[in-house]
Amino acid sequence: MGIDSLIGGTIWDEYSQKVCELMNNPKNMGEITEEEAASMKAKLIVADFGAESCGDAVRLYWAVDPKNDIILDAKFKSFGCGTAIASSDTMAELCKGKSVDEALKITNIDVEKAMRDTPDIPAVPPQKMHCSVMAYDVIKKAASQYKGVDMASFEHEIIVCECARVSLSTLREVIRINDLTTVEQITDYTKAGAFCKSCVRPGGHEAKDIYLVDLLTEYEKEKMTHVADEANAGNVDFSKMTIVQRLKAVEKVIDENIRQMLIMDGGNVEILDIKENGANFDIYIRYLGACSGCASSSTGTLFAMESILKDKLDENIRVIPL
Amino acid sequence: MRVYLDNNATTIVDPHVYEAMEPFFCQKYGNPSSLHQFASDTHKPLKEAMQKIYAGIGASNEDSVVITSCATESNNWVLKSIYFEYILTGRKNHIIISEVEHPSIIATAKFLESKGCKVTYLPINSEGIVEAHTVRDFITDKTALVSIMWANNETGAIFPIHEIGEICASKGVLFHTDAVQAIGKVPVNVKEANIDYLTMSAHKFHGPKGVGALYMKKGCELTPLFHGGSHMGGYRSGTLNVPGIIGMGKAMEAAIDALDFEMSEVKDLRDRLEDAILEIEDTFVVTPRTKRTPNTILVSFRGIEGEAMLWDLNRAGIAASTGSACASEDLESNPVMEAIGAEADLAHTAIRFSLSRYTTSEEIDYTIDIVKEAVKRLRSISSSYAYAPQGHNNEL
Repeated sequence: MGIDSLIGGTIWDEYSQKVCELMNNPKNMGEITEEEAASMKAKLIVADFGAESCGDAVRLYWAVDPKNDIILDAKFKSFGCGTAIASSDTMAELCKGKSVDEALKITNIDVEKAMRDTPDIPAVPPQKMHCSVMAYDVIKKAASQYKGVDMASFEHEIIVCECARVSLSTLREVIRINDLTTVEQITDYTKAGAFCKSCVRPGGHEAKDIYLVDLLTEYEKEKMTHVADEANAGNVDFSKMTIVQRLKAVEKVIDENIRQMLIMDGGNVEILDIKENGANFDIYIRYLGACSGCASSSTGTLFAMESILKDKLDENIRVIPL
Repeated sequence: MRVYLDNNATTIVDPHVYEAMEPFFCQKYGNPSSLHQFASDTHKPLKEAMQKIYAGIGASNEDSVVITSCATESNNWVLKSIYFEYILTGRKNHIIISEVEHPSIIATAKFLESKGCKVTYLPINSEGIVEAHTVRDFITDKTALVSIMWANNETGAIFPIHEIGEICASKGVLFHTDAVQAIGKVPVNVKEANIDYLTMSAHKFHGPKGVGALYMKKGCELTPLFHGGSHMGGYRSGTLNVPGIIGMGKAMEAAIDALDFEMSEVKDLRDRLEDAILEIEDTFVVTPRTKRTPNTILVSFRGIEGEAMLWDLNRAGIAASTGSACASEDLESNPVMEAIGAEADLAHTAIRFSLSRYTTSEEIDYTIDIVKEAVKRLRSISSSYAYAPQGHNNEL
């Protein structure tokens, strides 16, 4: 928060002069026909990426010299906002004169940087970074068509945040090394999630295979397992564990032995509290979903849960449903 | 030339309104609650302004029209007070709104949902209108409130408020309507439509920003959200916004006077613009004209992304709007386009033109020319109008 976030400006104020000029007069807008390609003795490539229903679609035309793979000419057409048109135009410009392999090295960040007026001021506001990603993706599409290979073969790493091009392995490593627990921290460390925000959580502009929140959950689970493993491996007595360790140890046993069965029956269970009661450890639980009305929840299921916990953790455990 | 066609967002202040407000800044600046002549100087003008506001919506003197800071406050007030009085106490558990209400209703309803209130979001039909029978279908004996806007901000679609009011009255359910987009565009009378609560905002009918109101029928008064002094009969504390109230009164009077003009002259200009736009191929307008406020057009230009269209219009000095995509921070498509079930390809192509009684014939002629040019230019860039060589796989 703070003064800058209180009264929103228009995103247009944050476009660089170059973006505005390209939007007004794109240089490489247009098409390359079969005849034009033939007159250059070039192979015509026409690649589409995106969809109008998502708000962005771009078509890239390449005339490629089959002798040396050099892109002799590049043009584009775009359904999109001003930054999408400017990014596509810049991308086409960057392709010209390069070989297909060189063009494949152009990233969305190169496209964005090429549109800057001054080296350290971004050409577009964060939520518009997405438009330059389209420009990058369509190059891969064109190259895959030219080479007759699958687009995925160009991507050696899984990219989670396409705007900032942060890979899955980088994110996992940064989260672990720095013990990150929030999306804001991830953004501070890696810039992932700082732009169009699609990668933060489901429901954004684009659907993703993996989101930053998933990575946080994954790490959280890993830590929990680690604590429980430590407790088990080190043979730490349940009675000597801290309350947090006890909770995690109980969670782990339930996760591994019981929860899956409950979920299959449409139910679940949550651990509410663990209290020392004389020599006993009273574990208070609550049944969820179908379990809460099930007759077995106070008999069979309960006994099963209690005996597993006794067996794995401590003889003096009692399970009390609330 | 500069042309303002975004009057559903806000309007120019009527110069007479501005004139009426002016003395209350540097001369008659007393706090109406004080005991001296400075205060007394404001009383008669305030009373007259309030009478104009009452008259504008057909309220009777026993009802309360409480001045607020804006329509968002009025809408929040109704929903949250209903929550405090009916939901939290366990008397009721449910409210009904439409899926195309203003964010100040939708976001408040979502907040109340997180606090345990049940919310039904009524759909709109392919004409962009909430059908009255759906209200009847979803009312239960636990329904505390129905809140349906009088006219939609995006399309101008006029909802069947009289029928919905009747249904609510017959079922004994409280009825609120957000009439922000209706006042000054269509006749609004709270008695004829059986309304318990009505929201309005001065800056949508050529009044000043920062002043709105909530009408509450006698016997339907709400728990205050602003506690403090005993301003506005104790319903909303806070020093009276004297110039704002004076301005709102004057604006209401002028809007009612101009209603016939709005429904004839403004409508004619709107229709002329719409006819010209529809002559361009591949354009689609949402909601039939007869079922819309006289000043609004929501139109889709196939193959042209909304923000790109706004860009070209703005370059030529024309202000319009898009609820869609890239123009807002959240990059979502226009919610109304989705709700009416429009083709997915059109979701990001909607542009809203909203006129006012200050729009001129010359401005409309100019706009028609510019729109045609912009469509030509942007479609020449557009991939949906691109050449695809034979054998090229167009599947995306």
